[in-house]
Amino acid sequence: MLELRSVTAGYDRRAPVVRDVSLTVSAGEAVGLQGPSGCGKSTLARVAALLHRPDSGQVVLDGETARGWRHRAPRAQRTAFGVVFQQPRLSADPRLPLAELIAEPLRSNGRPTDGVRELAETVGLGADLLGRRPHEVSDGQLQRACLARALALRPRWLVCDEMTAMLDASTTAALVGVVEAYRRESGAGLLAVGHDRVLLERWCDRTVGWAELTSR
Amino acid sequence: MAETTRLPAESERTEGWRTRAVARRSTRAWRVRGSAAVVAVLVLAVLLVPPFVQLDQQAVDLAAKLRPPSWEHPFGTDDVGRDLLLRCVYGLRVSLLVGVVAAVVATVVGTAVGALAGALGGWPDRVLMRLVDVFASVPHLLLGIFIVAMFRPGVWPVVVSVALTHWLSTARIVRAEVLSLRSRPYVDAAISGGASRYRVAVRHLLPGVLPQAGLAAVLMVPHAVWHESALSFLGLGLPTHQASLGTLVQTARGSLLAGDWWPTLFPGLCTVVATLAIAGLAGAWRERLNPRRRSELML
Repeated sequence: MLELRSVTAGYDRRAPVVRDVSLTVSAGEAVGLQGPSGCGKSTLARVAALLHRPDSGQVVLDGETARGWRHRAPRAQRTAFGVVFQQPRLSADPRLPLAELIAEPLRSNGRPTDGVRELAETVGLGADLLGRRPHEVSDGQLQRACLARALALRPRWLVCDEMTAMLDASTTAALVGVVEAYRRESGAGLLAVGHDRVLLERWCDRTVGWAELTSR
Repeated sequence: MAETTRLPAESERTEGWRTRAVARRSTRAWRVRGSAAVVAVLVLAVLLVPPFVQLDQQAVDLAAKLRPPSWEHPFGTDDVGRDLLLRCVYGLRVSLLVGVVAAVVATVVGTAVGALAGALGGWPDRVLMRLVDVFASVPHLLLGIFIVAMFRPGVWPVVVSVALTHWLSTARIVRAEVLSLRSRPYVDAAISGGASRYRVAVRHLLPGVLPQAGLAAVLMVPHAVWHESALSFLGLGLPTHQASLGTLVQTARGSLLAGDWWPTLFPGLCTVVATLAIAGLAGAWRERLNPRRRSELML
């Protein structure tokens, strides 16, 4: 279970973007977080994935309170999250071919990288694309690789921050299908952030509007 | 009347624009080729002449002192009859060595400081950047003079002096670049994937700043050559018997007052041509890295 307890966060202490927000993702649950752009939902997702230190509040992972963020978080806590960002172009190092991109989390943890081809297959990337660099593939193909990277360490939670905002309908459907297949097989929880209410309501067990979260 | 006021047709206008753009591109290409050719000739001369040409640059021939340029001595001779072409080649050799070593040292120091400041952030960043500010607050030629004055004249004090006064801008550029790379989502993704600070720095940040740092190093070579010349000209750099572009001009001052122009002109011309050629190449590289910024010479 992933709990965010009265989190206040932002980029300037005097004007936090997220004020006193609490949100719980139960074991195996898929929670959609819906809100207009610029409201702070991405910041909240980054706090949840231990990538942004909140000004106050707590993040609790299966009863264990997070003490550090970013590099200060223990590796086991950081890698419990698979994160997929909105813009695949910015979330892929332009120098790394896709195979390296997908293998990156495995290498960082000193694990063997022979599962890369299989990971690529689960997200629908052919072996011929794995040698290409990010600028040689389309946004959709790159986002598939980013999803494969997020799944590489078999995370307990997936955080998808507007994962499909840049993609066409068929790629969106394919990626959501991949996420759901992984969740069925592993029992992982999901925090999906987006502005598309229709998509989130079809995808997630429950969808929370940003207004409901902050008006309490 | 109607004929003369007619606006050029669309196709003609775009045609004109296109030819101008092509012309601009081709003059740029020729500038790059010219610079490359000059640099190649100078580097070959500097590398090949000393080992293969059996002439002593220090050979004094008082019978042939202060000869104007001729077929025998294309650059003339100096006040003790040494051949100035040969002296210029040896001088360029020393000046380029000083320039390249100083530029590389300055770039390594600057990249290390900038990368550390950018990657660590917080108080190490503040301390390092205030250090940069302190260095930058003193005019750098003055600081360079102060540093060489602490040592006996020689090549290495000049290298140290130029390197220690020129890492600042590289440090600032690299820090800014690291800061911008550090906030990219792919660094977030790496952290989430369990990458250590070291791994993020070596795998993602450093490769991102290396092209900029390499460019800074090449841009610094001509600047460092000028500094060597300036320090030597002031009598603080290399000892006068050692030919360098700066010492050659400095020792020639006396004869210039007597109306003998060639001992000053040719070493000076060598300095200008060599540094312009290197700067031209560096400018082309910068344009490739960052096409939106018009290249200007940085000396």
